Amino acid sequence: MRIGTLKESYTADAALFDSRTQHAWLALAAALLLLFPFIASDYWLYMACLVAINVASSTGLNILTGYTGLVSLGQAAFMGLGAYTVAIVQARWGTPLLLNLLAGGVVAMLGGIVVGIPSLRVKGLYLAIVTIAASFIAHFLFSNFGLTGGTAGLSMQPARLFGISLDTSFRLYWLIVPVMVLMLLGAANLFRTRIGRAFIAIRDRDISAEVLGIPLLKYKLLSFGLSSFYAGVAGGLWACFFRVVTPESFPLSMSIFFLAAIIVGGMGSILGGILGAVFMTLVPELLKLVFDWLPGGSELTVFLSPVRLIVFGALIIGFLVFEPLGLAEMWRRTRRFFHLWPFRN
Amino acid sequence: MDWAFLFEISLTGIASGGLYALAALAFVMVYKATRVVNIAIGEMLMAGAYLFFTFAAMWALPLWAAIAAAVLASGLLGAVIERTMIRPLLGEPEISVFMVTVGLGSVLVGLVELLWGADQRRLPDFMPSQPIMVGDAFLAPKVFWGAVVAAVFIAAVLLLFRYWRGGVALRATASDQGAAYSVGINVPRVFSLAWIASAMLAAVSGIIVGSIGGISSSMGVFGLSVLVVVIVGGLDSVLGALVAGLLIGLVEALAGAYLGGEYKLLATFVVLVAILMVRPYGLFGTHEIERL
Repeated sequence: MRIGTLKESYTADAALFDSRTQHAWLALAAALLLLFPFIASDYWLYMACLVAINVASSTGLNILTGYTGLVSLGQAAFMGLGAYTVAIVQARWGTPLLLNLLAGGVVAMLGGIVVGIPSLRVKGLYLAIVTIAASFIAHFLFSNFGLTGGTAGLSMQPARLFGISLDTSFRLYWLIVPVMVLMLLGAANLFRTRIGRAFIAIRDRDISAEVLGIPLLKYKLLSFGLSSFYAGVAGGLWACFFRVVTPESFPLSMSIFFLAAIIVGGMGSILGGILGAVFMTLVPELLKLVFDWLPGGSELTVFLSPVRLIVFGALIIGFLVFEPLGLAEMWRRTRRFFHLWPFRN
Repeated sequence: MDWAFLFEISLTGIASGGLYALAALAFVMVYKATRVVNIAIGEMLMAGAYLFFTFAAMWALPLWAAIAAAVLASGLLGAVIERTMIRPLLGEPEISVFMVTVGLGSVLVGLVELLWGADQRRLPDFMPSQPIMVGDAFLAPKVFWGAVVAAVFIAAVLLLFRYWRGGVALRATASDQGAAYSVGINVPRVFSLAWIASAMLAAVSGIIVGSIGGISSSMGVFGLSVLVVVIVGGLDSVLGALVAGLLIGLVEALAGAYLGGEYKLLATFVVLVAILMVRPYGLFGTHEIERL
């Protein structure tokens, strides 16, 4: 049983990770991430890259929806902006990859700020519908704008980093995962700063926040911008990963997927964004494995996509009805159990 | 400018706008009574159409019986949804309930694909097929009769909610829950009633939409236009649903005719954003005054 955590300075109190157990867990996680590419098969490396991209984008949405309380269904469109930017910049100017990713993030951020402008007047679910509108407008631009290659989209050469061509999942892993870790650390630290606290205040009650001297327009736009920056960088990684960007790559259902991921994981918690994205990305794959394992597999594969849809919807409903705070809360409960053991509460 | 063509397109647009208005009415009913944004409205439409398909084409019931059975079965579906998914979330933030209906939509699409397959199917024809001429303008018979049925149902629903006891209870609950409780209205039962009525209305418009354009598991896209309609009209306004239904139908038809099919959704969404920028609560929605 843990008796208490004694803190002697403000820095200790404000530290991101405050206990030795946490440090041990983090070290373990880092070691696992470093070792993973050497022990995993190609298939799992592929999945790991996909999961990492989704984690990055979900974390971005979590900043906006989970921490600032602005519901957005446009995350996929912002990823699309990032992906297209990276693809175009790389093909036209061949600038270094990291710069391209940054450019993707910045372009998506500008898009996010434009979409965020109505957020001061338009609230709640009306705003969610405005973001749906934005994503349809973005889809239209992608398929009808000369630069983006129309409905056929753009295909990319493998990106190069430090002279190495990133053409296998193993090599991409070393790009995608470090970027994701950086973005996670950034998001976790954001909520220790003035800006992050302002976001949380806006979520809890925006009028009160304004009375406290938080300029609403500035911070709401900042939140939109940051969140779409994350989406843009994730979209850039997505483009490097799949090497083909089409208007159909970023449908509304993808935005719903990210919203579902942070709900299942736990809104307003960095850990929740991670857990949710990992869980929601892996469940369809697990279903596929189950279907492969079932006898008479080939006839059953027709049912795979409807069953995936049903499971996806049922997960959202189930979590909201039975565990509204998501996987993060389950994790906290488990932790509390061990902290308090042998006592119940 | 070809005025006859414009007139013809506008007529078609307004007629199909009638369908939007009917579906939007189903949406607004639930929203007014329970404050739930039911994004699965398109999927409920689809469920109603597929139930009708089962009864009429697979079980070969007579048409009137098939329609009645499909509407009743949809009502039952609405009741089940309300009891199992919406009731437990009473008092939760609105985004949670919103997401539950997103999940519901996904489950319904999955179920339809599982039971009936993902292919497009045709509903049995039951509407007269002589072309309708208004002056010189031609109107597709299915669209015309669809609009007529929609108008009849809309009128019936409006009358029902003005004079029927259950309808009065529903309006009372919508305007003030606490007061409704204190005059002895069983508010939870009104919630169930609203969902049942909404599912039935959705089934009716699903049957009409399906017999115009065929049914498939992607029919839920219709719900997206309905969503635009209710947002433009204001979530809690019946009048708004009717006006915006016609408006969006018109905008879609004009955009489709003059700009091309891919501009339809774009045009409606641009109208949506433009109206929300000027009137953040839609054309006729209640402007909620926020207090600390």
